[in-house]
Amino acid sequence: MKDKKPKNVFREGPISSDFIGNSIYKHQTKTSIGAHNIFLGQVRADEIDGKVVSAIEYTAYEDMANQKFYEIREAAFEKFELTCMHIYHSLGTVKIGEICLFVFVSSPRRKVVFEALEFIVEAIKADVPVFGKEIFEDNSHQWKKNT
Amino acid sequence: MLITIKYFGQIAEVTQKDEEQIEISEGLISELLSTLNTKYSDLKHKDFQIAQNQELVNLETELTGDEIALLPPFAGG
Repeated sequence: MKDKKPKNVFREGPISSDFIGNSIYKHQTKTSIGAHNIFLGQVRADEIDGKVVSAIEYTAYEDMANQKFYEIREAAFEKFELTCMHIYHSLGTVKIGEICLFVFVSSPRRKVVFEALEFIVEAIKADVPVFGKEIFEDNSHQWKKNT
Repeated sequence: MLITIKYFGQIAEVTQKDEEQIEISEGLISELLSTLNTKYSDLKHKDFQIAQNQELVNLETELTGDEIALLPPFAGG
């Protein structure tokens, strides 16, 4: 199930629940799978100095980011017994309450998917050059930083 | 040699551009950085990493004349 070269992980705008539901549906034909695990990153209405975040505008160093996503994917397949794995990340504006990251891992057995998903999400947060501009309700902004 | 430099996020706010080409003599990443610090004085107050050909490098890395990117803190997910 490994891809030969990096594919584009990015999608313009939020990731819809239809898209996520359809991804689950598409796995019904893969009957060696016994367990899926899904991480959904959602934009939070953080309050900072009395101002509330209304959206995040994502940009990325896309070529390097897709290469990093690819390396994370290869490392995850190396480390865990996964049947398949999908990552989608938003670019552009994602409003509070909308989904900006969708990671989907599948395996014959459940224990693997819990460990694999955490490994993948933490690696994405640490290693992938994606930048987030937090837009406040008054249109001012600040830059998000993963902790 | 001519190198392409890409700026992202809050770094692009400082430079007021996403990309430019700079003519610089061979040397280390640190020498390129001091050129940029002179050109953009607010850069030294910013937190960023540097990538050369899409790999993170440090100040002692040799410039190879290809693509450099200034990357502010990551915020994916």
